[in-house]
Amino acid sequence: MSGNNVIGEAAIRAGCRFYAGYPITPQNELTEYMAEHMRTVEGGVFLQSESEIAAINMIAGASATGVRVMTSSSSPGISLKQEGISSMAACELPGIIVNIMRGGPGLGNIRPSQGDYFQATRGGGHGDYRTIVIAPATGQELADLTMDAFDLADKYRMPVMILADGMMGQMMEPVIFKKPNPRQYPEKFMLRGAGTGKSKFIHGLILDPIDSEAHNWKLARKYQVIAENETLFEEHRVDDAELVIVAYGTSARIAKGAIKRLRSHGMKIGLFRPITLWPFPELKLRALSAKIKNFLVFEMSTGQMLEDVRLALQGYANIEFHGRPGGAVPTPSELANVVARVYNKKDL
Amino acid sequence: MLVKTIFCGFGGQGVLMMGISLANSAMNKGYHVTYLPAYGAEMRGGTANCTVAVSDEEIASPIASEPGCLVVMNSPSLLTFQNKVSEGGTIFINSSIVDIRPNRDDVKTICVPCTDMAQELGNNRVANIIMMGAFIKELKVVSPEIYLKSLEAIMGSRKKALAEINRKAFAAGFDYIKD
Repeated sequence: MSGNNVIGEAAIRAGCRFYAGYPITPQNELTEYMAEHMRTVEGGVFLQSESEIAAINMIAGASATGVRVMTSSSSPGISLKQEGISSMAACELPGIIVNIMRGGPGLGNIRPSQGDYFQATRGGGHGDYRTIVIAPATGQELADLTMDAFDLADKYRMPVMILADGMMGQMMEPVIFKKPNPRQYPEKFMLRGAGTGKSKFIHGLILDPIDSEAHNWKLARKYQVIAENETLFEEHRVDDAELVIVAYGTSARIAKGAIKRLRSHGMKIGLFRPITLWPFPELKLRALSAKIKNFLVFEMSTGQMLEDVRLALQGYANIEFHGRPGGAVPTPSELANVVARVYNKKDL
Repeated sequence: MLVKTIFCGFGGQGVLMMGISLANSAMNKGYHVTYLPAYGAEMRGGTANCTVAVSDEEIASPIASEPGCLVVMNSPSLLTFQNKVSEGGTIFINSSIVDIRPNRDDVKTICVPCTDMAQELGNNRVANIIMMGAFIKELKVVSPEIYLKSLEAIMGSRKKALAEINRKAFAAGFDYIKD
């Protein structure tokens, strides 16, 4: 299945019953998949909205009623959704936002890129908030992590972003869908009509600054718990490595190809792959620097995750960077040449 | 074992279907596989290509810097991709409409006049499946049985009528390559 279709199927299996989206390449197959398959499950709603902004607000509304929700888009469309994402964070509404990144800035192009890292990991919209950001690298991870994303969104009552790119969305790989966990989401957070009971409120407008500050600190404490407990990462051949590439998503796939090549020439190269981009697995990366002193950050951007790597490693190790922004996708051999140059320069 | 193949030609020649059918049959055989299409503002008559990687272990990169195999269905594709093929690799050429030949002597070239053969079968559109017959015979990635079964599964019930002509086309390509 193509990556876009895998996300759609995983979402439906995880119990997503409300999807709103608006077409944009390279995520169109996901919207198409939901259009075709949402109607085959009980209670499933598919809506092609009139705009990206409408889609995010539709899922916010549906989420308030206690339904599992998702929307998807690609870079320019995700920019449009930011107000709604901020609002969902403020109102503590769970929901999944899928960004199949393409070249930017502006309309850019429709080729795979990783230029939305800052927007995704720094919240993107206004105000003091965070979103959990998950970056799968294989079709299988798209399936597993999409399901996990729904559980995380419920657990912390907040928007969770799946951050992939055009290559992940378009590529086909075999996948096996796991059994989803039964949903645990308290009814007290669902607006379904009070009847004769007590009214419930979900709102993001808090005019009193003291109340508003308390709300902000409450959110911050929640984000602190997430930062301490929810980081995911993969280490690949780091045990004897003298140089470690730090890359996520598609870049990490390319890096693995390059590492295979370089290892066959006797160069000891490993890979550290953050799977959650926020929270960034900062402490795990720093722990590696106890014995490895050379790192190379590789991204399909001009250097965004690079800043998080610097926060983790500055003063602990040397950091080099290789980037291909704007929709350019390097081959494993190109990256291998770059890495070999750094490796030999350092005379490791 | 790792075989990376780039399939390329005009949009409308069934280039992506060649890749999808190989990817599906390799998956059904139990291999690891990735299928990566060149997507974009494509159109019939434009260019189309896709990369398929088949391996008995996890596939690191779905992108091929040096594919072991290249299947070209039109001339521009040969010019674009011939220098990427790894040393000792194989280039399959639709010799009905590609009148140029690779400028390299370190690769094996296999010419299949698949468009002409398709015309003889009475359906231009099965040229791609004829080429797949030759491809499977030469590389033996999967058995003909698995390939045909997978192909039928992809085509689905809508195109049952095409199953028969596809079988004939595959056999023609398969038999074209002598042992």
